[in-house]
Amino acid sequence: MLDLTAAALAQKIREGEVSSHEAAEAANHRVEEVEDRIHALLTPTPEIALERAGRVDERLRNGGIKPWEGVPLVVKDVLSTKGIRTTCGSKILDDFTPLYDASALVNFGEDLVLIGKTNMDEFAMGSSTENSAYGPTRNPWDLGRVPGGSSGGSAAAVAAGEGWWALGTDTGGSVRQPAALCGIVGLKPTYGRVSRYGLIAFGSSLDCIGPMTRDVRDSALLLQAIAGHDSLDSTSANAEVPDYLADLEGGVSGLKVGVVKELMDERIDAGVRGVVENVVGGLEEAGAEVGEVSLPHAYYALEAYYIIAPAEISSNLSRFDGVRFGLRETADGVHEMYRRTRERGFGDEAKRRIMLGTYALSSGYYDAYYSQAQKVRTRMIRDFRDALSRYDVLISPTAPSVAFEIGAKSDDPLAMYLQDICAVPASLAGIPAISVPGGLSEGLPVGVQLMSDHFTEPMLLRAARAAEEVSGFAFSQRP
Amino acid sequence: MQTREERTYQAVIGLEFHVHLATTTKMFCGCRLVYGDEPNTHTCPVCLGHPGTLPVINEKAIELGVMAGLALNCDVAERAVFARKNYFYPDLPKGYQISQFDEPICNGGHLDVPVGDETVRVGITRLHLEEDAAKNVHVGVSGRMHGSVGSMVDFNRGGTPLMEIVTEPDIPSPEAARAAANHLKEIMRAIGVSEADMEKGQLRCDANVSIRNPDGSFGTKTELKNMNSFRFVERGLARELERQQGILDSGGTVAQTTLHYDPETDEVHELRSKEFAHDYRYFPEPDLLPLELSEAWVREIESRMPELPDAMRARFVEDYGLSPYDAGVLTADRDLAVYYEAVAAEVDPKQAANWISGDLRSLLNESGEEVSNSKASPERMIELICLVRDGAISRSAARDVIGRVFETGDSPTAIVEREGLASVGGDELSGVIEEVIAANPDEVGRVKVGDKKVMGFLIGQVMKATRGNADGGRAREILLQKLDS
Ligand SMILES: [Zn+2]
Repeated sequence: MLDLTAAALAQKIREGEVSSHEAAEAANHRVEEVEDRIHALLTPTPEIALERAGRVDERLRNGGIKPWEGVPLVVKDVLSTKGIRTTCGSKILDDFTPLYDASALVNFGEDLVLIGKTNMDEFAMGSSTENSAYGPTRNPWDLGRVPGGSSGGSAAAVAAGEGWWALGTDTGGSVRQPAALCGIVGLKPTYGRVSRYGLIAFGSSLDCIGPMTRDVRDSALLLQAIAGHDSLDSTSANAEVPDYLADLEGGVSGLKVGVVKELMDERIDAGVRGVVENVVGGLEEAGAEVGEVSLPHAYYALEAYYIIAPAEISSNLSRFDGVRFGLRETADGVHEMYRRTRERGFGDEAKRRIMLGTYALSSGYYDAYYSQAQKVRTRMIRDFRDALSRYDVLISPTAPSVAFEIGAKSDDPLAMYLQDICAVPASLAGIPAISVPGGLSEGLPVGVQLMSDHFTEPMLLRAARAAEEVSGFAFSQRP
Repeated sequence: MQTREERTYQAVIGLEFHVHLATTTKMFCGCRLVYGDEPNTHTCPVCLGHPGTLPVINEKAIELGVMAGLALNCDVAERAVFARKNYFYPDLPKGYQISQFDEPICNGGHLDVPVGDETVRVGITRLHLEEDAAKNVHVGVSGRMHGSVGSMVDFNRGGTPLMEIVTEPDIPSPEAARAAANHLKEIMRAIGVSEADMEKGQLRCDANVSIRNPDGSFGTKTELKNMNSFRFVERGLARELERQQGILDSGGTVAQTTLHYDPETDEVHELRSKEFAHDYRYFPEPDLLPLELSEAWVREIESRMPELPDAMRARFVEDYGLSPYDAGVLTADRDLAVYYEAVAAEVDPKQAANWISGDLRSLLNESGEEVSNSKASPERMIELICLVRDGAISRSAARDVIGRVFETGDSPTAIVEREGLASVGGDELSGVIEEVIAANPDEVGRVKVGDKKVMGFLIGQVMKATRGNADGGRAREILLQKLDS
């Protein structure tokens, strides 16, 4: 059962061959088996999983369940879960229990079979999960290496079989990059496709909730479960949710695929480029029209991103002040209380970004930094518009390298930020992007990133499914 | 050196109003707005700033903001943007206030303020929408943060839709500032945008104050905060101007600072300037889309707007032939104006104005009742005025009757019958007058040789004999007839 995809397990549950309860038991068992080594979960929820799985089984007997229900899931600890501790990987929320469920989870259905809340870089800031206040998560492919981040816990959990699929969040690659490093599929949907209500904000204009799954079909099914308009999120799209599975096997014949020149240069490891070229070749053989495309402002995207995202988080983290919830350090006077609480509650990276963002928004610097970054963002959007008027799908590596060793970049924030160079352009433009395992380099998985226009997820998933097919990589290959 | 007498001081005052909008729910969540309930009974994860929550704009608040802008002759923007104003304070749950910064909902306008016999035009710089902070309650002797033993926060008020209106610095005196605040309140109430009750904090007023330099340029301005009644607006500004004059007279310079008016001591105090040295790091609120205000929607709102006090005042003068003063009194309170129009439709508008702006209003003032709840309904008032017009009761008897109506709500006709207040008229009055003529031959003689002043005495005798239940006008008429014949 542990080798099945989520979609296959879902079908067996609906057909009565396996119960959701049995699946939850298997997942719980797997957690006990591997968690000591992987540390993917911050808060395992085995009883909740069993209780809810039992309710799913009962509803199945009494009528029916949705096509994705009953399959055990892990959820990044940045999503609000009612009555279940939600830390965001931070000490400042160590004992925080939310009053409500994130809308994406509400969309999913009544009884989300939650195996646990997954580890992450504090407040989703990082590319290795080493910035978690609760210790790093290890990559199941090589326990000495990072799983990527910030959704590293979700990626590692799926790769290690602790639950069949996961939800992550992606602000500048936080679903795609760890998916790439752990050999799974990670989808960042169009900005606004999935409600952000209950996603503890990092970069509000960039944050997206996305599926992290064993294959592309699972990705489509999980997106189906969480997508939709939400009156509680003014930035959620009031557009109909299409059937993401209907055309999944449609192939790429006649599809125009553009390889992004700027994301295939020497900043990308040769082995990674080789895997991407191999997949591109396979797509061409499968009938795609392949060409090269330029996104001239992709070179500046990372710089713009590292102003906009910190600016937003510097403001978003202000609510963690010790007054109403979370950590509070006692002090004489409210300002001293703020200072001590935030000093003790936030880790180094959170403090670094608060300072960066505060600086970028300060009077006298706003025009030089924040406004300038927004202009780059507008140019980036224009670049994509031009490129996507000529190509249906753009292709690039997801990350510049395979998983690196724990500690290798933790003292060099700039080297760490470079992990996001391929992922950030799509984030700035708000377009959907997916990472699909394309093969191995140095014995470790490499992700291939596909991007397309706003709200064209059905086509993107179809192309991703074809890429998965031609890559020859299968989830069962994992160690 | 100039002496005080030689130098003329010209005050330059700009006001900043904060007005609670009369919506039923908060600005960015569904919590109800109730004044005076138990603390923290109207809260939710959104207005408590819980992690992961998002704001959703209250459309009614936008509508009321547009209405207010139209009433103040502003340009309504086609596009407005909410922005975050970042600062830390326990009453600000998110660590930022959602406000508007460089793209407010309304720009440029004016308010024509009656000040004494003149009208002062006050420019409106901008009008924007935001959310109010919660309320800090400091526990301890002083009730203020300094020296208190602890603080609590009541989030019921947090997130109330708030409109900020900023005037140009063109208000010439504390008196004009008070009149402007009062006039703004009238307008907001008239169009239903806000109750604008200063006591309840629904209307708050801050001011920028400076004294013009001899060369005509602006002097250094100071900021005067939270004057929480119309009287205190005027008094606070007067005190601050005196303080600035004192500094200038002694050859000093005014420092830019923020002050607080203390009504108990009638003095202004400097607040610690550190508390206000903020860089708010405004940036566009990423959780909300820019507001697009279509011309058609704005016109539609305009078409539904109630009549403004100025227009109503002009119409009362024009249509009912009232003096500007009476029209002003009757339109100062929208409910009173509605009452008046109901009465004026049935009887002589000037008589109606006299009764309502005079007797009825003083009864209302004494009792503290609202005209809309008064037992002296428009129907009762019409009935009363008709009784006077038809000579069925005298004017002075009618004064008693209105008092009874106001207390009991009974019909004036019934009260007149019950209390025996019916006017002494016809033959009976004629008889009384003959008796008075017979009893006062000297006075009658003096009237006949042209001493008109004595008429008053004779009429007084008639009134006395009828215990006031005679119509003075009729009595005079009959008396003159009899004396002529
Ligand atoms: Zn609320």
